[in-house]
Amino acid sequence: MSVKRDSLSLSFAVGAYGTAFGAASVSAHFTVLQSCLLSLLTFSGASQFAVIGVLGVGGSALSGIATATLLGTRNTLYGIRMAPILRLQGVKRVIAAHLTIDESTAIATAQKDEVDARKGFWLTGIGIFIFWNFFTLLGALGAKAIGNPAAWGLDAAVPAAFIGLVWPRLVDRKSRLLAAAAAILSLALVPFTPAGVPIITTALLAVAFGWRS
Amino acid sequence: MSAGWIAVIGTSFFAFALKYAGASVPAKWLTHPRVGRINLFIPIALLTALVAVNSFAVKSKLVIDHRIFGLGVAIIALALKLPFPVIVIGAAAGSALAYHFHF
Repeated sequence: MSVKRDSLSLSFAVGAYGTAFGAASVSAHFTVLQSCLLSLLTFSGASQFAVIGVLGVGGSALSGIATATLLGTRNTLYGIRMAPILRLQGVKRVIAAHLTIDESTAIATAQKDEVDARKGFWLTGIGIFIFWNFFTLLGALGAKAIGNPAAWGLDAAVPAAFIGLVWPRLVDRKSRLLAAAAAILSLALVPFTPAGVPIITTALLAVAFGWRS
Repeated sequence: MSAGWIAVIGTSFFAFALKYAGASVPAKWLTHPRVGRINLFIPIALLTALVAVNSFAVKSKLVIDHRIFGLGVAIIALALKLPFPVIVIGAAAGSALAYHFHF
C-alpha cells in the first residue's frame, strides 16, 4: 500500500463529493459565494451539510451553527491524536488544525510509522482541500447541469472509502466487536436524532471499549 | 446580516476553534494508557458509523437502496485485498449501475 496513492485517490473520491455539497448548498438558498466560503473556512463536510440542511428546511442560524459545531467536536479528538505525530509549531499548527478532518486523520493513523503518517496527513488534507473546494464551486455553479451525484455513484464512493480505511484496523476481536456495535448504534439513532449525532455518539462506545485493557 | 451569513461565519468560527483546540492540547494528556487506547478506538467507532450512516440513511430514515451494491463491491474488493482506488471506483460503479436500473 502506497501512502501517496491512497491519499490521492481518497482526496479525489471525497473531494468530488464537494459537487454534491455545492449543489445542495445553492438549492438550500445559500449563494455561490457563501457555499464556497463554507468549504474554504469550515472545511468539514458533515458540518457543512448539517448547517445548510438545517437552514434549508427553515431552521435558525443558531440551530444550524449548533448542529454543525456538535459534528465538529470529533475534529478535536482527531487533533489530540494527530498533534504529537505532526510536531506542530506556530503557523504550521494553524494550517494543520484546519486540515484536521476524518480523512486526513484516518489515512495518517492507518500508517505503520510516523513518517508515512505525516505524509498521509498532509497529502490527504491538502488534496481534499483542493478537490473539495474546486468541486464545491463546480457543484454550486452547475447544480442543474451536473445533475444527481447518485447517478455517478458518488454517494457510494464515500462510504466505500471509509470502509477501506477502517477494514485494516479491525485486527482483533475487540476492534471488530466495537465496529459492529458502532454500526448498530449509529443506525439505531438515525430515526431519533439530528443528522450527525448518530456518528459522534459512537465515540462514547470507543471510550467504553478503551476504558479497560 | 442575513441568517445565511451568520450561519456561514458562526459555523466556520466554531469548526476552526474545535480543530485548533485539538491541535493545542498538551501532549502529556496522551501519556495515560487509557487515553491511548480510547484514541485508537475512536477512529474505528466513527469510521464504522460513517460507513453505516452514509450507506443506509437518508436524512432521518433508514433505507436500503442502490448504495448497498456499492458497499457490497467494496467489501468483496477488500476481501480480495484489491488496492484502495479499485475499492472506491468499484463501489461507485456498482452503485451507479444499480441506480440506473432504478433499484
